[in-house]
Amino acid sequence: MDIEMSFSEEIANVMYASHGNPITDCLQCGTCSGTCPAAEFMDHTPRTIIGLINAGYKDEVLASNTFWSCASCYHCTVRCPAGIDIADMMYALKRYSMWKGEHQEGLIGPVFAQSFVKMIVDSGRSYEPLLAPTYIFKNGPRGLVQEMQTATGLMLKGRLPLLPKKIKGLKKFRNMVRRIIPIGEPT
Amino acid sequence: MKQYAYYPGCSLESMATSYNLSTLEVAQTLGVELKEIKDWNCCGATAYFPVDELLAHTLVARNLALAEKDGLSDFVAPCSACYKNAYFTNAYLKKDPDLAEHINYALEADNLHINGTMTVRHLIEVFIEDVGLDEIGKKVTHPLKGLRVAPYYGCQLLRPRKENQNVENPQFFENLLSALGAEAVDYPSKTRCCGGSLIVTNRKAALDMVHILLQDAVNRKADVIATTCPMCNVNLEVYQNQVNREFGTQYSIPVMYFTQLMGVALGIKPAKLGIGKEVVSGEPALAFAY
Repeated sequence: MDIEMSFSEEIANVMYASHGNPITDCLQCGTCSGTCPAAEFMDHTPRTIIGLINAGYKDEVLASNTFWSCASCYHCTVRCPAGIDIADMMYALKRYSMWKGEHQEGLIGPVFAQSFVKMIVDSGRSYEPLLAPTYIFKNGPRGLVQEMQTATGLMLKGRLPLLPKKIKGLKKFRNMVRRIIPIGEPT
Repeated sequence: MKQYAYYPGCSLESMATSYNLSTLEVAQTLGVELKEIKDWNCCGATAYFPVDELLAHTLVARNLALAEKDGLSDFVAPCSACYKNAYFTNAYLKKDPDLAEHINYALEADNLHINGTMTVRHLIEVFIEDVGLDEIGKKVTHPLKGLRVAPYYGCQLLRPRKENQNVENPQFFENLLSALGAEAVDYPSKTRCCGGSLIVTNRKAALDMVHILLQDAVNRKADVIATTCPMCNVNLEVYQNQVNREFGTQYSIPVMYFTQLMGVALGIKPAKLGIGKEVVSGEPALAFAY
Protein backbone atom coordinates (compact mmCIF):
# COMPACT_ATOMS: atom_id res chain seq x y z
CA MET A 1 0.00 0.00 0.00
CA ASP A 2 1.39 3.38 -0.95
CA ILE A 3 1.16 6.02 1.68
CA GLU A 4 1.20 9.53 0.33
CA MET A 5 2.75 11.97 2.72
CA SER A 6 1.39 15.50 2.89
CA PHE A 7 3.83 18.44 2.74
CA SER A 8 2.96 19.24 6.32
CA GLU A 9 3.92 15.69 7.36
CA GLU A 10 7.18 15.92 5.42
CA ILE A 11 8.06 19.09 7.33
CA ALA A 12 7.07 17.43 10.62
CA ASN A 13 9.55 14.68 9.77
CA VAL A 14 12.48 17.08 9.49
CA MET A 15 11.70 18.54 12.91
CA TYR A 16 13.19 15.51 14.61
CA ALA A 17 14.19 16.87 17.99
CA SER A 18 11.61 19.64 18.27
CA HIS A 19 9.43 19.63 21.29
CA GLY A 20 6.60 21.87 20.10
CA ASN A 21 3.08 20.93 19.01
CA PRO A 22 2.39 19.84 15.41
CA ILE A 23 2.07 22.69 12.91
CA THR A 24 -1.40 21.38 12.03
CA ASP A 25 -2.46 22.82 15.42
CA CYS A 26 -2.05 26.35 13.99
CA LEU A 27 -5.07 28.59 14.67
CA GLN A 28 -4.05 31.19 12.04
CA CYS A 29 -4.25 33.88 14.74
CA GLY A 30 -1.26 35.84 13.41
CA THR A 31 0.52 36.37 16.73
CA CYS A 32 3.74 35.13 15.09
CA SER A 33 3.50 37.63 12.22
CA GLY A 34 2.65 40.49 14.56
CA THR A 35 5.65 39.59 16.73
CA CYS A 36 8.23 38.88 14.03
CA PRO A 37 10.79 41.73 13.67
CA ALA A 38 11.72 40.54 10.17
CA ALA A 39 8.18 40.03 8.84
CA GLU A 40 8.29 43.09 6.60
CA PHE A 41 11.29 41.63 4.75
CA MET A 42 9.55 38.30 4.08
CA ASP A 43 7.63 37.33 0.93
CA HIS A 44 5.05 35.66 3.17
CA THR A 45 4.58 36.27 6.89
CA PRO A 46 5.06 33.33 9.27
CA ARG A 47 1.27 32.92 9.63
CA THR A 48 0.84 32.72 5.86
CA ILE A 49 3.72 30.23 5.53
CA ILE A 50 2.11 27.90 8.06
CA GLY A 51 -1.22 28.25 6.26
CA LEU A 52 0.47 27.44 2.94
CA ILE A 53 2.23 24.39 4.41
CA ASN A 54 -0.93 23.02 5.94
CA ALA A 55 -2.77 23.55 2.64
CA GLY A 56 0.00 21.72 0.74
CA TYR A 57 1.38 24.65 -1.31
CA LYS A 58 4.89 23.24 -1.45
CA ASP A 59 6.17 25.22 -4.45
CA GLU A 60 5.06 28.59 -3.06
CA VAL A 61 6.66 27.81 0.27
CA LEU A 62 9.99 26.67 -1.17
CA ALA A 63 10.12 29.66 -3.53
CA SER A 64 9.72 32.18 -0.69
CA ASN A 65 12.49 33.93 1.25
CA THR A 66 10.50 33.68 4.49
CA PHE A 67 12.51 31.05 6.35
CA TRP A 68 15.82 32.48 5.09
CA SER A 69 14.82 35.84 6.62
CA CYS A 70 14.27 34.35 10.08
CA ALA A 71 16.86 35.59 12.58
CA SER A 72 16.11 32.76 15.07
CA CYS A 73 14.92 35.18 17.76
CA TYR A 74 12.21 32.75 18.92
CA HIS A 75 9.79 35.55 19.76
CA CYS A 76 7.05 33.78 17.75
CA THR A 77 7.84 30.49 19.49
CA VAL A 78 7.37 31.79 23.03
CA ARG A 79 4.16 33.62 22.12
CA CYS A 80 2.39 31.02 19.96
CA PRO A 81 -0.88 30.17 21.75
CA ALA A 82 -0.93 26.80 19.99
CA GLY A 83 2.52 25.93 21.32
CA ILE A 84 4.16 25.51 17.93
CA ASP A 85 7.94 26.01 17.81
CA ILE A 86 7.73 28.29 14.78
CA ALA A 87 11.40 29.33 14.74
CA ASP A 88 12.38 25.68 14.71
CA MET A 89 9.94 25.10 11.87
CA MET A 90 11.85 27.78 9.93
CA TYR A 91 15.02 25.71 10.47
CA ALA A 92 13.15 22.62 9.25
CA LEU A 93 12.17 24.52 6.09
CA LYS A 94 15.80 25.56 5.56
CA ARG A 95 16.91 21.93 5.87
CA TYR A 96 14.16 20.71 3.59
CA SER A 97 14.94 23.31 0.94
CA MET A 98 18.71 22.62 1.07
CA TRP A 99 18.16 18.87 0.76
CA LYS A 100 15.87 19.36 -2.19
CA GLY A 101 18.25 21.95 -3.63
CA GLU A 102 15.31 24.27 -4.19
CA HIS A 103 15.43 27.84 -3.04
CA GLN A 104 14.94 31.35 -4.30
CA GLU A 105 17.77 32.61 -6.54
CA GLY A 106 20.29 35.03 -5.09
CA LEU A 107 19.80 34.30 -1.39
CA ILE A 108 22.91 34.43 0.82
CA GLY A 109 21.44 32.23 3.56
CA PRO A 110 21.93 28.79 1.96
CA VAL A 111 25.51 29.62 0.86
CA PHE A 112 26.32 31.04 4.28
CA ALA A 113 25.05 27.94 6.09
CA GLN A 114 27.08 25.66 3.84
CA SER A 115 30.31 27.68 4.11
CA PHE A 116 29.86 27.84 7.87
CA VAL A 117 29.52 24.09 8.23
CA LYS A 118 32.48 23.49 5.91
CA MET A 119 34.58 25.87 8.00
CA ILE A 120 33.66 24.02 11.21
CA VAL A 121 34.31 20.52 9.91
CA ASP A 122 37.66 21.74 8.53
CA SER A 123 38.90 23.50 11.66
CA GLY A 124 36.51 23.01 14.57
CA ARG A 125 36.27 26.77 15.06
CA SER A 126 34.54 29.65 13.34
CA TYR A 127 36.41 32.64 11.95
CA GLU A 128 34.43 35.60 10.67
CA PRO A 129 36.65 36.71 7.72
CA LEU A 130 36.11 33.34 6.03
CA LEU A 131 32.41 34.14 5.92
CA ALA A 132 32.71 37.64 4.47
CA PRO A 133 33.05 36.47 0.83
CA THR A 134 29.47 35.22 0.81
CA TYR A 135 28.31 38.75 1.54
CA ILE A 136 30.78 40.48 -0.78
CA PHE A 137 29.90 38.12 -3.62
CA LYS A 138 26.29 39.23 -3.41
CA ASN A 139 26.91 42.95 -2.95
CA GLY A 140 29.79 43.56 -5.38
CA PRO A 141 32.33 46.40 -5.02
CA ARG A 142 30.15 48.39 -2.63
CA GLY A 143 29.91 45.36 -0.36
CA LEU A 144 33.67 44.86 -0.55
CA VAL A 145 34.43 48.46 0.45
CA GLN A 146 31.97 48.32 3.35
CA GLU A 147 33.39 45.03 4.62
CA MET A 148 36.98 46.27 4.30
CA GLN A 149 36.20 49.40 6.30
CA THR A 150 34.51 47.39 9.01
CA ALA A 151 37.29 44.79 9.09
CA THR A 152 40.08 47.39 9.21
CA GLY A 153 38.35 49.15 12.09
CA LEU A 154 38.19 45.90 14.04
CA MET A 155 41.76 44.93 13.21
CA LEU A 156 43.11 48.25 14.47
CA LYS A 157 41.30 47.62 17.74
CA GLY A 158 42.78 44.14 18.04
CA ARG A 159 39.44 42.48 17.49
CA LEU A 160 40.25 40.54 14.34
CA PRO A 161 42.98 37.91 14.50
CA LEU A 162 44.90 37.45 11.26
CA LEU A 163 44.70 33.69 11.23
CA PRO A 164 41.87 31.30 11.97
CA LYS A 165 42.25 28.93 14.93
CA LYS A 166 42.06 25.20 14.72
CA ILE A 167 41.25 22.75 17.47
CA LYS A 168 44.07 20.38 18.46
CA GLY A 169 42.22 17.09 18.18
CA LEU A 170 41.08 17.81 14.64
CA LYS A 171 41.64 14.30 13.28
CA LYS A 172 39.41 12.63 15.85
CA PHE A 173 36.93 15.49 15.62
CA ARG A 174 36.59 14.89 11.90
CA ASN A 175 36.10 11.16 12.53
CA MET A 176 33.24 12.11 14.81
CA VAL A 177 31.68 14.31 12.10
CA ARG A 178 32.18 11.49 9.59
CA ARG A 179 29.82 9.32 11.60
CA ILE A 180 27.02 11.77 10.84
CA ILE A 181 27.60 13.38 7.45
CA PRO A 182 29.85 12.38 4.52
CA ILE A 183 32.95 14.59 4.44
CA GLY A 184 35.27 12.23 2.54
CA GLU A 185 37.74 9.64 3.78
CA PRO A 186 40.55 10.49 6.22
CA THR A 187 43.75 11.49 4.44
CA MET B 1 34.54 28.36 45.73
CA LYS B 2 32.80 26.24 43.11
CA GLN B 3 34.57 25.59 39.80
CA TYR B 4 32.73 26.12 36.51
CA ALA B 5 33.39 24.69 33.05
CA TYR B 6 33.97 27.81 30.96
CA TYR B 7 33.03 27.77 27.29
CA PRO B 8 34.15 31.13 25.82
CA GLY B 9 32.97 30.46 22.24
CA CYS B 10 34.65 31.62 19.02
CA SER B 11 33.62 35.30 19.14
CA LEU B 12 35.34 35.83 22.47
CA GLU B 13 38.65 35.07 20.77
CA SER B 14 38.11 37.64 18.03
CA MET B 15 35.49 40.40 17.80
CA ALA B 16 34.53 40.05 21.45
CA THR B 17 37.96 39.84 23.11
CA SER B 18 36.87 42.56 25.51
CA TYR B 19 34.01 40.34 26.67
CA ASN B 20 36.49 37.56 27.44
CA LEU B 21 38.93 39.88 29.24
CA SER B 22 36.22 41.49 31.36
CA THR B 23 34.59 38.11 32.12
CA LEU B 24 37.82 36.67 33.47
CA GLU B 25 38.66 39.81 35.49
CA VAL B 26 35.21 40.10 37.05
CA ALA B 27 35.00 36.37 37.79
CA GLN B 28 38.34 36.52 39.58
CA THR B 29 37.30 39.54 41.63
CA LEU B 30 34.06 37.81 42.63
CA GLY B 31 35.79 34.51 43.43
CA VAL B 32 34.13 32.59 40.59
CA GLU B 33 36.57 30.00 39.28
CA LEU B 34 36.20 29.55 35.52
CA LYS B 35 38.08 26.59 34.10
CA GLU B 36 38.23 26.76 30.31
CA ILE B 37 37.11 23.56 28.57
CA LYS B 38 40.10 21.98 26.81
CA ASP B 39 40.05 22.02 23.00
CA TRP B 40 36.41 23.06 22.70
CA ASN B 41 34.86 23.46 19.26
CA CYS B 42 32.45 25.99 17.73
CA CYS B 43 28.84 25.54 18.89
CA GLY B 44 27.50 26.20 15.41
CA ALA B 45 25.73 29.48 16.20
CA THR B 46 22.62 29.57 14.03
CA ALA B 47 24.27 27.99 11.00
CA TYR B 48 24.46 24.22 11.62
CA PHE B 49 20.78 23.64 12.15
CA PRO B 50 19.78 24.47 8.57
CA VAL B 51 22.16 21.76 7.38
CA ASP B 52 21.82 18.82 9.72
CA GLU B 53 20.10 18.69 13.07
CA LEU B 54 21.98 15.65 14.36
CA LEU B 55 25.34 17.16 13.41
CA ALA B 56 24.38 20.38 15.19
CA HIS B 57 23.51 18.52 18.41
CA THR B 58 26.65 16.35 18.22
CA LEU B 59 29.01 19.30 17.85
CA VAL B 60 27.41 20.96 20.87
CA ALA B 61 27.47 17.67 22.79
CA ARG B 62 31.22 17.30 22.24
CA ASN B 63 31.79 20.43 24.36
CA LEU B 64 29.41 19.17 27.04
CA ALA B 65 31.19 15.80 27.05
CA LEU B 66 34.59 17.50 27.43
CA ALA B 67 33.24 19.43 30.41
CA GLU B 68 31.83 16.24 31.94
CA LYS B 69 35.24 14.62 31.56
CA ASP B 70 36.71 17.38 33.71
CA GLY B 71 34.32 16.29 36.46
CA LEU B 72 32.51 19.63 36.53
CA SER B 73 28.76 20.10 36.78
CA ASP B 74 28.08 23.61 35.44
CA PHE B 75 28.72 24.57 31.83
CA VAL B 76 28.97 28.35 31.56
CA ALA B 77 28.71 30.35 28.32
CA PRO B 78 28.98 34.14 28.07
CA CYS B 79 27.52 34.14 24.52
CA SER B 80 23.74 33.87 24.35
CA ALA B 81 23.80 31.82 21.14
CA CYS B 82 26.31 29.31 22.56
CA TYR B 83 24.24 29.21 25.75
CA LYS B 84 20.98 28.53 23.92
CA ASN B 85 22.50 25.79 21.77
CA ALA B 86 24.15 24.06 24.73
CA TYR B 87 21.06 24.44 26.89
CA PHE B 88 18.73 22.73 24.43
CA THR B 89 21.05 20.01 23.21
CA ASN B 90 21.65 19.16 26.87
CA ALA B 91 17.93 19.17 27.65
CA TYR B 92 16.97 17.14 24.56
CA LEU B 93 19.57 14.44 25.00
CA LYS B 94 18.54 13.96 28.62
CA LYS B 95 14.92 13.47 27.56
CA ASP B 96 15.52 11.48 24.39
CA PRO B 97 17.58 8.26 24.75
CA ASP B 98 17.47 7.72 20.99
CA LEU B 99 19.09 11.10 20.32
CA ALA B 100 21.64 10.45 23.08
CA GLU B 101 22.53 7.11 21.51
CA HIS B 102 23.10 8.66 18.07
CA ILE B 103 25.23 11.40 19.58
CA ASN B 104 27.25 8.95 21.64
CA TYR B 105 27.89 6.77 18.62
CA ALA B 106 29.52 9.78 16.93
CA LEU B 107 31.34 10.96 20.09
CA GLU B 108 32.89 7.51 20.42
CA ALA B 109 35.05 8.32 17.38
CA ASP B 110 36.55 11.14 19.47
CA ASN B 111 36.93 8.91 22.58
CA LEU B 112 34.16 10.83 24.29
CA HIS B 113 30.88 9.92 25.91
CA ILE B 114 28.10 12.06 27.28
CA ASN B 115 26.05 11.00 30.30
CA GLY B 116 23.91 14.13 30.58
CA THR B 117 25.10 15.31 33.98
CA MET B 118 25.74 18.95 33.10
CA THR B 119 23.69 22.03 33.94
CA VAL B 120 24.00 24.72 31.27
CA ARG B 121 24.08 28.35 32.39
CA HIS B 122 24.63 31.81 31.02
CA LEU B 123 27.40 33.81 32.68
CA ILE B 124 24.98 36.52 33.87
CA GLU B 125 23.00 33.85 35.74
CA VAL B 126 26.09 32.64 37.55
CA PHE B 127 26.88 36.15 38.76
CA ILE B 128 23.31 36.96 39.77
CA GLU B 129 22.21 33.60 41.20
CA ASP B 130 25.39 32.08 42.60
CA VAL B 131 27.32 35.17 43.70
CA GLY B 132 24.20 37.21 44.39
CA LEU B 133 23.36 40.87 44.04
CA ASP B 134 24.04 41.64 47.71
CA GLU B 135 27.52 40.19 47.49
CA ILE B 136 28.21 42.04 44.23
CA GLY B 137 26.88 45.26 45.77
CA LYS B 138 29.25 44.89 48.71
CA LYS B 139 32.26 44.66 46.38
CA VAL B 140 31.35 47.78 44.36
CA THR B 141 34.06 50.39 44.92
CA HIS B 142 33.17 52.76 42.06
CA PRO B 143 29.35 52.95 41.85
CA LEU B 144 28.17 53.90 38.34
CA LYS B 145 26.31 56.84 39.77
CA GLY B 146 24.17 58.73 37.27
CA LEU B 147 25.05 56.44 34.38
CA ARG B 148 21.92 55.67 32.37
CA VAL B 149 22.20 52.14 31.02
CA ALA B 150 19.81 50.44 28.59
CA PRO B 151 19.74 46.75 29.57
CA TYR B 152 19.64 44.89 26.27
CA TYR B 153 18.74 41.24 26.90
CA GLY B 154 18.47 40.28 23.22
CA CYS B 155 16.91 36.97 22.28
CA GLN B 156 18.60 33.75 23.09
CA LEU B 157 19.39 34.47 26.71
CA LEU B 158 15.60 34.39 27.21
CA ARG B 159 14.18 32.52 24.26
CA PRO B 160 13.23 29.78 23.65
CA ARG B 161 11.89 29.71 27.20
CA LYS B 162 14.04 27.88 29.72
CA GLU B 163 12.00 26.58 32.65
CA ASN B 164 9.94 29.37 34.20
CA GLN B 165 11.78 32.40 32.89
CA ASN B 166 9.81 35.61 32.47
CA VAL B 167 10.30 36.10 28.75
CA GLU B 168 8.11 39.18 28.28
CA ASN B 169 9.41 41.54 30.92
CA PRO B 170 12.42 40.16 32.77
CA GLN B 171 14.01 42.32 35.47
CA PHE B 172 17.23 40.58 36.47
CA PHE B 173 19.49 42.71 34.24
CA GLU B 174 17.96 45.91 35.65
CA ASN B 175 18.51 44.57 39.16
CA LEU B 176 22.16 43.85 38.41
CA LEU B 177 22.67 47.36 37.04
CA SER B 178 21.06 48.84 40.15
CA ALA B 179 23.43 46.80 42.32
CA LEU B 180 26.29 48.48 40.43
CA GLY B 181 24.85 51.89 41.27
CA ALA B 182 23.79 52.60 37.68
CA GLU B 183 20.39 53.79 36.57
CA ALA B 184 18.63 51.09 34.53
CA VAL B 185 16.69 52.76 31.74
CA ASP B 186 13.17 51.52 31.01
CA TYR B 187 13.99 50.14 27.56
CA PRO B 188 10.95 48.73 25.72
CA SER B 189 13.08 47.10 23.00
CA LYS B 190 15.16 45.21 25.52
CA THR B 191 14.11 41.78 24.23
CA ARG B 192 13.68 42.72 20.57
CA CYS B 193 16.03 40.96 18.13
CA CYS B 194 19.24 42.65 16.81
CA GLY B 195 19.10 40.67 13.58
CA GLY B 196 21.75 38.12 14.55
CA SER B 197 23.37 36.52 11.52
CA LEU B 198 21.01 38.38 9.17
CA ILE B 199 23.79 40.99 9.29
CA VAL B 200 25.54 38.68 6.80
CA THR B 201 22.62 37.00 5.05
CA ASN B 202 20.10 39.88 4.87
CA ARG B 203 21.96 43.12 5.69
CA LYS B 204 19.02 45.40 4.94
CA ALA B 205 16.73 43.61 7.39
CA ALA B 206 19.41 43.49 10.10
CA LEU B 207 20.30 47.20 9.80
CA ASP B 208 16.63 48.04 10.09
CA MET B 209 16.38 45.96 13.26
CA VAL B 210 19.52 47.57 14.74
CA HIS B 211 18.18 51.02 13.82
CA ILE B 212 15.05 50.43 15.91
CA LEU B 213 17.10 49.36 18.93
CA LEU B 214 19.45 52.36 18.70
CA GLN B 215 16.61 54.85 18.26
CA ASP B 216 14.78 53.42 21.25
CA ALA B 217 17.90 53.75 23.43
CA VAL B 218 18.36 57.35 22.28
CA ASN B 219 14.69 58.15 22.92
CA ARG B 220 15.13 56.87 26.46
CA LYS B 221 18.24 59.02 26.93
CA ALA B 222 20.53 56.08 27.60
CA ASP B 223 24.25 56.86 27.94
CA VAL B 224 25.23 53.34 27.04
CA ILE B 225 23.62 50.08 25.90
CA ALA B 226 24.70 47.02 27.89
CA THR B 227 24.74 43.61 26.21
CA THR B 228 25.00 39.95 27.22
CA CYS B 229 25.98 38.52 23.84
CA PRO B 230 28.81 39.12 21.33
CA MET B 231 26.48 38.96 18.32
CA CYS B 232 24.21 41.65 19.75
CA ASN B 233 27.23 43.73 20.67
CA VAL B 234 28.76 43.54 17.20
CA ASN B 235 25.50 44.33 15.42
CA LEU B 236 24.70 47.29 17.67
CA GLU B 237 28.22 48.68 17.84
CA VAL B 238 30.29 47.76 14.78
CA TYR B 239 27.40 48.32 12.37
CA GLN B 240 26.28 51.63 13.89
CA ASN B 241 28.09 53.49 11.10
CA GLN B 242 26.34 51.50 8.43
CA VAL B 243 23.00 52.26 10.10
CA ASN B 244 23.91 55.94 10.00
CA ARG B 245 24.73 55.71 6.29
CA GLU B 246 21.59 53.75 5.49
CA PHE B 247 19.14 55.88 7.47
CA GLY B 248 20.86 59.28 7.53
CA THR B 249 21.10 59.13 11.33
CA GLN B 250 23.96 60.21 13.60
CA TYR B 251 24.03 57.61 16.30
CA SER B 252 27.12 57.45 18.43
CA ILE B 253 25.98 55.49 21.42
CA PRO B 254 28.49 53.25 23.22
CA VAL B 255 27.67 49.57 23.53
CA MET B 256 29.41 47.70 26.36
CA TYR B 257 29.33 44.17 27.70
CA PHE B 258 27.63 43.91 31.09
CA THR B 259 30.88 42.48 32.42
CA GLN B 260 32.74 45.65 31.43
CA LEU B 261 30.30 47.75 33.45
CA MET B 262 30.60 45.32 36.36
CA GLY B 263 34.38 45.57 36.13
CA VAL B 264 34.36 49.37 36.22
CA ALA B 265 32.09 49.33 39.28
CA LEU B 266 34.32 46.76 40.95
CA GLY B 267 37.28 49.10 40.50
CA ILE B 268 39.11 47.13 37.80
CA LYS B 269 41.25 49.25 35.44
CA PRO B 270 39.46 49.97 32.11
CA ALA B 271 42.31 48.56 29.97
CA LYS B 272 42.06 45.21 31.76
CA LEU B 273 38.38 45.09 30.77
CA GLY B 274 39.11 45.65 27.09
CA ILE B 275 37.70 49.19 27.30
CA GLY B 276 39.22 51.14 24.41
CA LYS B 277 38.64 48.39 21.85
CA GLU B 278 35.26 49.82 20.87
CA VAL B 279 34.54 51.28 17.46
CA VAL B 280 32.11 53.68 19.15
CA SER B 281 34.16 54.90 22.09
CA GLY B 282 32.81 54.19 25.55
CA GLU B 283 35.05 56.88 27.04
CA PRO B 284 32.49 59.72 27.23
CA ALA B 285 30.06 57.50 29.13
CA LEU B 286 32.69 56.05 31.42
CA ALA B 287 34.78 59.21 31.84
CA PHE B 288 34.59 58.90 35.62
CA ALA B 289 36.41 55.56 35.48
CA TYR B 290 39.47 56.94 33.70
